[in-house]
Amino acid sequence: MIPRHLYFAVSVLLLAVLGMSIYAWHMRGRAKAGSVTTLDSRPVAPPVAGATEQVTLFVAYDDIGVLHAQSARIPLPSVRQERAEELLRALLAIYLDKSSPHPLPAGSDVRSVYLVDPGLAVIDINAAFADGHRSGVLSEELTVASLIQTLTANLPGILKVKILVEGKERQTLAGHADLSNFYDVAAVNQLATQLQSTQ
Amino acid sequence: MRLTRHGKRRAVKGLLVGGISLLAFFLVFAAPAEKHLSVYSTAANYSVPVVQRQGHDYVGLLELLDPLGTVSAKAEASRWRIHYNHILGDFTAGKNHARVQGRDADLTGKFLIENGRGLVPLSSLNSLLPRFLGGPATLHPESARLLIGSVGTHFTASVAPDDASRLVLHFTAPVNPTIATEPGKLRMTFSRDPLIAPASPTLTFDSKAIPSATFSENNGAAEVTVSTTIPLLASFSPDGRTITLAPTKTQAAAAATTSPAATPPQTTPAAQSTPVNSPATVTRRYFAVIDASHGGSDRGEALSNTLAEKDVTVAFARRLRQELENRGISTLVLRDSDANISLDDRAYFANTTHAAVYIALHAASNGHGVRLYTALLPYTGQEDRGPFHAWTTAQQLAIPLSQATANSVAAELTKQQVRVRVLTSPLRPLNNVTAAAIAVEVAPPAMDLSQLGSADYQQLIAGAVANGIVAIRAQLGAAP
Repeated sequence: MIPRHLYFAVSVLLLAVLGMSIYAWHMRGRAKAGSVTTLDSRPVAPPVAGATEQVTLFVAYDDIGVLHAQSARIPLPSVRQERAEELLRALLAIYLDKSSPHPLPAGSDVRSVYLVDPGLAVIDINAAFADGHRSGVLSEELTVASLIQTLTANLPGILKVKILVEGKERQTLAGHADLSNFYDVAAVNQLATQLQSTQ
Repeated sequence: MRLTRHGKRRAVKGLLVGGISLLAFFLVFAAPAEKHLSVYSTAANYSVPVVQRQGHDYVGLLELLDPLGTVSAKAEASRWRIHYNHILGDFTAGKNHARVQGRDADLTGKFLIENGRGLVPLSSLNSLLPRFLGGPATLHPESARLLIGSVGTHFTASVAPDDASRLVLHFTAPVNPTIATEPGKLRMTFSRDPLIAPASPTLTFDSKAIPSATFSENNGAAEVTVSTTIPLLASFSPDGRTITLAPTKTQAAAAATTSPAATPPQTTPAAQSTPVNSPATVTRRYFAVIDASHGGSDRGEALSNTLAEKDVTVAFARRLRQELENRGISTLVLRDSDANISLDDRAYFANTTHAAVYIALHAASNGHGVRLYTALLPYTGQEDRGPFHAWTTAQQLAIPLSQATANSVAAELTKQQVRVRVLTSPLRPLNNVTAAAIAVEVAPPAMDLSQLGSADYQQLIAGAVANGIVAIRAQLGAAP
């Protein structure tokens, strides 16, 4: 005959095993949810609250290799520098969408835009943007023209633009488009005109 | 026959002297020349001995790393540990693998320990050294030369525009070769300089006096051998970056003599055949410079799993050179091998050859047909001063000609029913080139990417580009 205290001890142990299993299952679910949040470093959407404004985004289309001016209404802050960042994030949101006409690598973001008087804008993109960007002369120049044209068309007074990656200068975006020099906004404006036609 | 005592002594002496002489002969002449590895780095240029073990070349790892940083090594039975600037390498005698900073490293051969010295196969240095140094190391195994980091010195050679009997060599860094002459040749040996092979190992010149030069590498040194029909003298520029090979004074005087009656009868046939170009008839040595973009570790776009942009551009460059030369246009291909040339060096070469047109070649998987680019100049607050041009906007004056060239090529491509677009682009080094400069980006004709590597498609494009250059040749030739 099995002693009573043994029954009691086995029951307690079984209950403990059951409790630990439930706790482990719960922790697994939380860990999973946490890792998804870590991996998804896509830019945060602009704040939905506040007044929206009409802006022009210059959107690249890879299939025909053109840049199209596209009107959009987005909420914009009043501070000029924050407006610049929100403008480019709105553009990136199009490129990071599933049906993107000019896909950018997952996690691409504009870290900051610095507006330095007189007439200099510095766009600081993150490493994911540059490291995973598709290589090719046209592909890279569409990205550069799209960023600069969108910024300068909506924020007048910018004469030259510098693009940094993680706060540092880089030779090229992905092997072709030059990032070592300052972009002349007037020259990029002409390029954008060329890129709006397929000829 | 019996030898006297004195005779015996003489015979023994003779044998002894003969034996010693024979031994000395073998020691002097039969011993193989000691092989060494020449190492070039920003920290120091030096050489380390190469030893042969089990039919393979080996070098001591400690001796190799010693001039580059703080290094110490310790041997314990079959294990050998090396510390280089806080990086630990763990090696085991007889093993093909080692561990560097806890990660596996392939040695391509067995590791050896001899008298406490750790020996690694020479062929393993390409993959092993970056683990210690944190940067690239390029081994030239045939010549036993090791380049650590981007220290390579590139060069161009062209005959002087005003005198076809003078060869001018431009180097990207000061050089100090030893120079030797022999009948028909002038040999420059670069044992202290990390000279890199030009696009083609054999360079040909439009000169009867100096028809060609060849680049070779052997036992830790690079050599440039210039073929010549006249005796040449080498002179160095003060900065050591330019070497000019010119006829000796006697030859120059003979060449300068215009009256046939005054020509010395003893002049050699070679000297008689030396062309003397009058400045009025001087033409450019290379009319076109073709730059196959990317190369080496820079693969460009991965067009497919097996096709890299750098391979397509070099194949296309060779075809285009052929097409241009078939049309009488002397052409230099800047990259005719898998070399990694910096953007600045590409522009430097293009500018120092004084070519009339620079054509950069690219390939892309997106879109169809061909896209032609001229420079989109960067913003600069500087202005050119006198004869000096700002490096970033050196293309400024040539932009109208570059656009005319792109339009001419576009017209020829359209004739061949190839889809073409002409755009400006922030694509270096177009903005650094002083001559007319265009970039040609070739995309597949349809959805099939493999067409990019197809000989027929490349031939079609190369032919049209060459026709476009020929069509604008007169205008390009008149360029400043």
